[in-house]
Amino acid sequence: MSLILFSVYIFVLACFVGYQVVWGVTPALHTPLMSLTNAISGIVVIGAVLVTGAAEADTTTKIVGFFAVLLASTNIFGGFLVTQRMLSMFRKKD
Amino acid sequence: MGADLLATAYLLSAVLFIFGIKGLASPKSARRGNLLAMAGMVLAFLAVLASPDISQYSWIIAGVVGGAIIGSLLALKVEMTAMPQLVAMFNSLVGLAAVLIALVSFLNHLPVAGHNNGLFMAELAIGSIVGAITFTGSLVAFGKLQGIVSSSAVSFPGRHVFNVVLLVAMVVLSVYFAVDQQLWIWAAITGIAALLGILLVISIGGADMPVVVSVLNCYSGWAAAITGFTLNNELMIITGALVGASGAILSYIMCRAMNRSIVNVLIGGFGQTAADPSAADLGDRSVKAAAPADAAFMMENSHKVIIVPGYGMAVAQAQHAVAELVDLLINHQVEVKFAIHPVAGRMPGHMNVLLAEADIGYDLVFEMDEINAEFAAADVALVIGANDVINPAARSDKSSPIYGMPILDVDRAQQVFVIKRSMSPGYAGVDNSLFYRDNCSLVFGDAKQVCESILQAID
Repeated sequence: MSLILFSVYIFVLACFVGYQVVWGVTPALHTPLMSLTNAISGIVVIGAVLVTGAAEADTTTKIVGFFAVLLASTNIFGGFLVTQRMLSMFRKKD
Repeated sequence: MGADLLATAYLLSAVLFIFGIKGLASPKSARRGNLLAMAGMVLAFLAVLASPDISQYSWIIAGVVGGAIIGSLLALKVEMTAMPQLVAMFNSLVGLAAVLIALVSFLNHLPVAGHNNGLFMAELAIGSIVGAITFTGSLVAFGKLQGIVSSSAVSFPGRHVFNVVLLVAMVVLSVYFAVDQQLWIWAAITGIAALLGILLVISIGGADMPVVVSVLNCYSGWAAAITGFTLNNELMIITGALVGASGAILSYIMCRAMNRSIVNVLIGGFGQTAADPSAADLGDRSVKAAAPADAAFMMENSHKVIIVPGYGMAVAQAQHAVAELVDLLINHQVEVKFAIHPVAGRMPGHMNVLLAEADIGYDLVFEMDEINAEFAAADVALVIGANDVINPAARSDKSSPIYGMPILDVDRAQQVFVIKRSMSPGYAGVDNSLFYRDNCSLVFGDAKQVCESILQAID
């Protein structure tokens, strides 16, 4: 199996997992769901790190890569923190 | 760290992300879910840093520290009413990051013998297109939600034709790029995509923002997944697919709640086809206005009150006054519940977050399908800044633009009070037949001030 087809396998199966899991999310938490997915889509930081930290990276690459790491990290920290902040507000009536 | 160990760490991260989203099935497990997802992110980040592919750290650390500071400040300072803007901004950042990664991947790419170079370039072009559309589209959505850009649907003659021309040009250039890799072609493709992102979102009106924000959330996931394809990184593919699925499902739920197709929303059909409200046949029908004290008197002598919050509550920042009202009514032995329409507010779940912020227990808050049958048994339905989602015309009037849209059945309550700033129609531009019914009274004024007046009247 070629590399691209292997990736497509993973992608399609992950879509099904996402479909199943997301339908289980209660509508009351749809805003935290969006901010949590904001945070985890910051996973592009992996790609940014791989291009920025490569041994052969030149100055242009490092500068552009730095901005990519910065943007992705903003998403990760901002997304997780705001999700936690929102979720801590959801309480039962005591 | 060896390749197998790295791949194992990625797999574990993906599993933690899945459990993280799964945690949001209930408010009880949600915080643990978020912590699991955080753990997954930390694991993935440390694993990639420890991999042999990484040999210089200073620029990476500078980026992460900067992102940590900016992200944390944003997350801790943002008002809960401004959550839609924050989500739109985060979507745009992922889009831009994907474009930047595609750019450096292109600049550093050395054709490998036997490797399919055209395929790599095609992936790179698609990643840049989706990233650029996500970036500029989300920026415009942010501007609209923040009030920097006009929230009404901006249109110009021939825009559909123009968009199609841009789309065709983009596809042709992408095919050309897979054959002849030039930087200027990449820049042209990305530039056209960025322009398309602006044009597509600027023509969509404010109340359709729940759909737009969901769709852009979806795109940000696809952008991450395609970046994973370009770099052959399975974790990015899986995570992108999860985010993409989430955004797609939310878009679907929002469209279903408006009885409209996604195409109809995205090409901007609603705000423009709406009838001129002054031309509507009002006949000799008249509305009844009530004072806050009237509403107060009715509610404190009720058994059951159902409150319907809408965007008007968010605009007026009335949620804390509403929470006080709820406490007071409960002290008067009144049963109080909240009814939430899926498209209330500017993003999915917007109202739930505002009510939670005001310390209203989530066990008092119900979704449309759960509570609609209870309106008939309610003495009072109090509508705070909602309009189209309670219009009975959606049920009965086949000529109405909102016919078929599921609504909250507030008209079945004994008495309805609608807190409203003026008689202007809602987003759909449709006159609301509810207002002319015998059991409906309008309380004119700012949602927060009216709620405070009601509070004083009950005391």
